[in-house]
Amino acid sequence: MSILDKLKKKLAKTHNSFVKRIAEVIRLRGKVDEELIEEIEDVLIQADLGVNITAKIINNLEEKIRIKKIKNSDKIYSILEEIIIDILEEEYEGTSGIDYSPAVKPHVIMFVGVNGTGKTTTIAKVANRYLDRGDRVLLVAADTFRAAAHKQLDIWAKDVGADIIGSKHGADPASVVYNALTSAKAKNYDVVLIDTAGRLHTKVNLMKELEKINRTADKVVKNSPHETYLVIDATTGQNGVQQAKNFIQSLPISGVILTKLDGTAKGGVAIGIKDKLDIPVKAICTGEKVEDIRQFDAANFVRAIFED
Amino acid sequence: MFESLTEKLGSIFSNLKSRGKLSEKEIKKGMRQIKLALLEADVNYRVVKNFIKSVQEKALGQEVQDSLTPGQQIIKIVNNELINLMASKKKPQTLPPNKTSKLMLVGLQGSGKTTTCAKLAIKYKRDNYSPLLVAADIYRPAAIDQLKTLGKSIDVPVYSKDTKKVKKIAKGAVKFAQDNDHNLLLFDTAGRLHIDEKMMQELKVMEKVLEPDEIFYVADAMTGQDAVNSAQEFDSQLNISGIILTKMDGDARGGAALSIKSVTNKPIRYIGVGEKLNQLEKFHADRIASRILGMGDVLSLIEKAESAYEQEEAKKLEEKIRKNSFSLEDFLDQLQKIRKMGPLDQLVKMLPGAQSKLLQKTDFDESEMNHIEAIIRSMTKEERLKPKIINGSRRQRIARGSGTSLQQVNRLLKQFNQMKSMMKKFKNQKHKLGGNLPGF
Repeated sequence: MSILDKLKKKLAKTHNSFVKRIAEVIRLRGKVDEELIEEIEDVLIQADLGVNITAKIINNLEEKIRIKKIKNSDKIYSILEEIIIDILEEEYEGTSGIDYSPAVKPHVIMFVGVNGTGKTTTIAKVANRYLDRGDRVLLVAADTFRAAAHKQLDIWAKDVGADIIGSKHGADPASVVYNALTSAKAKNYDVVLIDTAGRLHTKVNLMKELEKINRTADKVVKNSPHETYLVIDATTGQNGVQQAKNFIQSLPISGVILTKLDGTAKGGVAIGIKDKLDIPVKAICTGEKVEDIRQFDAANFVRAIFED
Repeated sequence: MFESLTEKLGSIFSNLKSRGKLSEKEIKKGMRQIKLALLEADVNYRVVKNFIKSVQEKALGQEVQDSLTPGQQIIKIVNNELINLMASKKKPQTLPPNKTSKLMLVGLQGSGKTTTCAKLAIKYKRDNYSPLLVAADIYRPAAIDQLKTLGKSIDVPVYSKDTKKVKKIAKGAVKFAQDNDHNLLLFDTAGRLHIDEKMMQELKVMEKVLEPDEIFYVADAMTGQDAVNSAQEFDSQLNISGIILTKMDGDARGGAALSIKSVTNKPIRYIGVGEKLNQLEKFHADRIASRILGMGDVLSLIEKAESAYEQEEAKKLEEKIRKNSFSLEDFLDQLQKIRKMGPLDQLVKMLPGAQSKLLQKTDFDESEMNHIEAIIRSMTKEERLKPKIINGSRRQRIARGSGTSLQQVNRLLKQFNQMKSMMKKFKNQKHKLGGNLPGF
């Protein structure tokens, strides 16, 4: 089955189950009432949207139901979808997810996030995507903390056919990045992807280390990193908003990559991150293979929230 | 940990406490606020509903109504219910050292299994077991290397085998352990999604072959609503004996901690509180509840101090303070002991009332302590014992040697003098107390 077929099938199921549930409630109650609203509220909370965003969406929904005098169940879903997509979609068009059009060479992208979100695997996926377009890609193993992290990236690099600049365990990540970018410039790479060590956003000194890497990169390649992606695990709860908040205090985060969406978690925290901090989701990861990365699509994402 | 939940509950309670009598309406309003605070803290929405129902029932009861301090009563109820949510009556089994015990760690990707494996190995080694780490994660690139590196750093051997069959690894590891007198095997399995049937089947095969004494489900404390789904699924497929929560040193909101036990009914056994391999703590429901409610966790703090200080040393220190011979050398020693207890910010958070705005704003930058250490280390032995001899030129040398400024050196010396005079006062006071209150 092609990816598209799979997706379609999944989406059909989604749509049906939610609409069916709403229809069921309406059939029993005869109208759009508090119980239905509460059920929608539960769905949103369960998807990790958090209390505040959920309240905002529900208020918005109730107002629209009142104004448009809606009693039909099908319409409720499309209004909900509209409200959430409205939050998620970027106001400024022109950027298209992770598929940039490089203005300068090398185009430098740094990946950051808390421990265990899947930064290294995501880099392999992004590298693979760019290699497919014919880019020359250099990976930089700047996670010098986690045992064997650079080996993990090494194996991925071989797998996808990207070049890699390694590092010694315990080396200063900023100096690793300095050397890597100097070499990337000399050898004329199109894209440089920097893997950093996972760090809890509450650790002041580790966040300062990221700032230093950021400054160092800018010294070698002006205005780099051109993009900094925050990698967030879809299973993360409301803590994700705090993660994003702390990371943007140290770095200009250009977008979120949401990983592990192939599980049962919905990744609803991304909606809060976009709403509160205006950081868009750029891509989603849905599996352990290198091809399992997709451009973010708000409508699909919202539908998946209402999937069983 | 749990700062934001603590802060929210704190403000709800201070509002409730300020009233002499609580009407049903006020209680219900308080309950709704608690509900929102818990939901925002990622506690599973079904768990929240049950929790609120049970707290509300008790809060509306006669006991609270009759009480002179109904707010306090409600806090007590919430505290008890929080402990109920997290505590388990099941006693963890002790593994007999005369047989080969087998522990399996399972969980989603990125939850921290490999690091936790190494942390457990240290813990058991300290308890006089002879652990063997087994690399059974054959999927993630370099996962075996990661475990090997960790094993090397803690001096615990790692068993691995170049095969794609975990059954072979399991059998090989058990044989290796028996041949080499290891009485505890720790299996690091690959992270997997609970809905991945093929991968879950692999774990079941392993369980059947190994008949492990314990299977720990390792969960990320920052997980949201989905924590319950995955834990339940793992629990239904495997004979999970306990839960380990990782990354508790961040500002996780408590959702996973408050939800997982109540839906799986399996005890939370350990919590991971840092990236260092000795940062694994036993889980105590009552202490965590007390932290959530902003009442601090003095017990854990005392335990930490006890493990850093030998009793003998404490006596010597007291002697020194009494004789007023406390030197910069001793000061450096104390500083290092405190640092051994863990990062300062974590220690402070265990104090009652530590969630106050004031303390939260304080950045505990450990580099300040690094400076102090560097300054003292740049002194000669004589200078450390007799700081009085440190004159201007010595000060300049010390500042240069430690890479700090003259001001920093001056400040440290001044602080040290103040500390000494405080100790003197303390000593005198003790005498006075003893003199005034015979029999004490």
